[in-house]
Amino acid sequence: MTNDKNVLLSAEHLYKSYDTGKKDKQIHAVSDVSLEIYKGETLALVGESGCGKSTLGRTLIHMLPASSGSIYYDGKDIASMTDKEFRPYRRKMQMIFQDPYASLDPRMTVRDIIAEPIETYKLCKSREETTEMVLRLMDAVGIPGEFLQRYPHQFSGGQRQRIGIARAIALSPELIICDEPVSALDVSVQSQVLNLLKDIQKIYDLTYLFIGHDLSVINFVADRVCVMFLGFVCEISKKEELYESPLHPYTEFLLDAIPLADPHRRKRERKVLTGEIPSPVDLPKGCAFCTRCPYATEECRTTRPELHSIGDRQVACHHPLQN
Amino acid sequence: MSSQDMKDIKLNDELQLEIGERDGIRDKLKKMCRQNHLAAISAIVILIIILMAVFAPVIAPYGETEAILIDRLQGPSMKHLLGTDELGRDLFSRMLYGSRLSIAIGILPSLISLVIGVAAGLTAGYFGGKIDYVIMRIADVMLSIPSLLLAMVVMYTLGTSTVNLFVALSMTGWSSVARVVRSQTLSIKESEYVEAARSIGVSRFKIMTRHILPNCIPSLIVLFTLNVPSAILSESSLSFLGIGVRVPQASWGLIVNQGRQFLFTQPWLCMAPCVAIMIVVLAFNFLGDGLRDVLDPYMQR
Repeated sequence: MTNDKNVLLSAEHLYKSYDTGKKDKQIHAVSDVSLEIYKGETLALVGESGCGKSTLGRTLIHMLPASSGSIYYDGKDIASMTDKEFRPYRRKMQMIFQDPYASLDPRMTVRDIIAEPIETYKLCKSREETTEMVLRLMDAVGIPGEFLQRYPHQFSGGQRQRIGIARAIALSPELIICDEPVSALDVSVQSQVLNLLKDIQKIYDLTYLFIGHDLSVINFVADRVCVMFLGFVCEISKKEELYESPLHPYTEFLLDAIPLADPHRRKRERKVLTGEIPSPVDLPKGCAFCTRCPYATEECRTTRPELHSIGDRQVACHHPLQN
Repeated sequence: MSSQDMKDIKLNDELQLEIGERDGIRDKLKKMCRQNHLAAISAIVILIIILMAVFAPVIAPYGETEAILIDRLQGPSMKHLLGTDELGRDLFSRMLYGSRLSIAIGILPSLISLVIGVAAGLTAGYFGGKIDYVIMRIADVMLSIPSLLLAMVVMYTLGTSTVNLFVALSMTGWSSVARVVRSQTLSIKESEYVEAARSIGVSRFKIMTRHILPNCIPSLIVLFTLNVPSAILSESSLSFLGIGVRVPQASWGLIVNQGRQFLFTQPWLCMAPCVAIMIVVLAFNFLGDGLRDVLDPYMQR
């Protein structure tokens, strides 16, 4: 899938900051992010809460305006577009949300929820035709057609997420941002929804940007993984390589934090991070991770590491780990 | 996606039957009448009162201002169902004629202030910033002036007429509606389903009317049912001050005020319009409750 490296969407030196209300104080949610998403792949975006994953995802699809930097979609810069210019691209990028209880309007029936994108772009001529298309979409995500006139609160979490997926694929998009689509679900339901996501990716030829923090989920769905810390990209690698031999110290700690199912294997010594996460308002001058990194040197504290390539992997670290 | 990827599903009669159509507004009203008898009775009562108001000239045994001085200040009897006032005018007839104005004043200004308030509140809440600031400061100014005083000023400047009375009462009501709608809009517009609609590319107007407004309906119904009686009562206060309805025209509020001086000797002069106002107010409250329940998707099945 990733062999044919057709870049669908790429970001170059993307920044996104929020005003705090105080003068000269800004929260730097996304800093200097450069990445590429290839056609047909699943790029996972991992990192701890508040590291700017969701902000990056939303900025990439023009839901939030970028502070600076450029985003290219099929070779065209969409970051500088106005909402009106962006409109033809809107339907090519859809989103699946984290909380299936909040992302569906409680006062609309399933039909109306899934029909909303179809009606917005007038894809069907008549009401009947729209309903038929809604039924086909419901069938594709595994919701029985007789539930057409039900309200979201009459469904379980997993079913609601399926409705959200049906809404996202209704416009036949090319790219779907999955913003932690399974983290609000029961573990038993998670795998069903993940399998559904994988299935429809094959059928509809979709590209995913999968935002998550659960590394076992990421391991299941991702082709490549992008690790973020405090708004910076730490490392972008193929999944297998990343899990086998992390390059960035932060990735190493993340992988070490995956809980093991087998209690006999838990005796090993764990690497525990010390130190405080720097404030996103006052970013450190050097590497964002330097306050917590056990390998940090003077260079790390003074100069910010650029994202550079090692083989076909990318890492932003002065002293990448060698395994 | 191409359509051959998906199973070919056609909306045939069989499936249609299984799914059923979503309840239209008529089905919802029917359902309300079945579930909530109080609301059903209230709806009938309101309908009867409106019909009585419309056909007042046909039903009323005497004219609106027809005074029979020999029969003045009589108690209820077969000749005068609710008795007569100090000029010998038939109270039942005057109540019927008065209901036309009172009902219209209860419903119309409330509806107008609801429409203005919803539009102002949605715009202020959704767009925020300067638009929000301007609209809400105007609403604050409106709220800071006692509504009766504002209505008096309007009536004095525009002149005393029924239309101006409507204008005056509508002007005072919209600001509280706007406040409520704005606060709800502020919370709803941050919800994920509004974000989802934005990510689809739904227009702002559609987001406001299809997502935010329907989720405001419960509070709007409550506001409306509270506005109706307060408008009826405001009209009676204005009439009492001499700038509302002028005698000999009748309205319920006016009749109460005229009957006030005979409160201890001929209490029915006051009681009859008071009871009528009470019935209308209660009926609107019960109907509002019923409507709110039946429009709430959580109450279904």
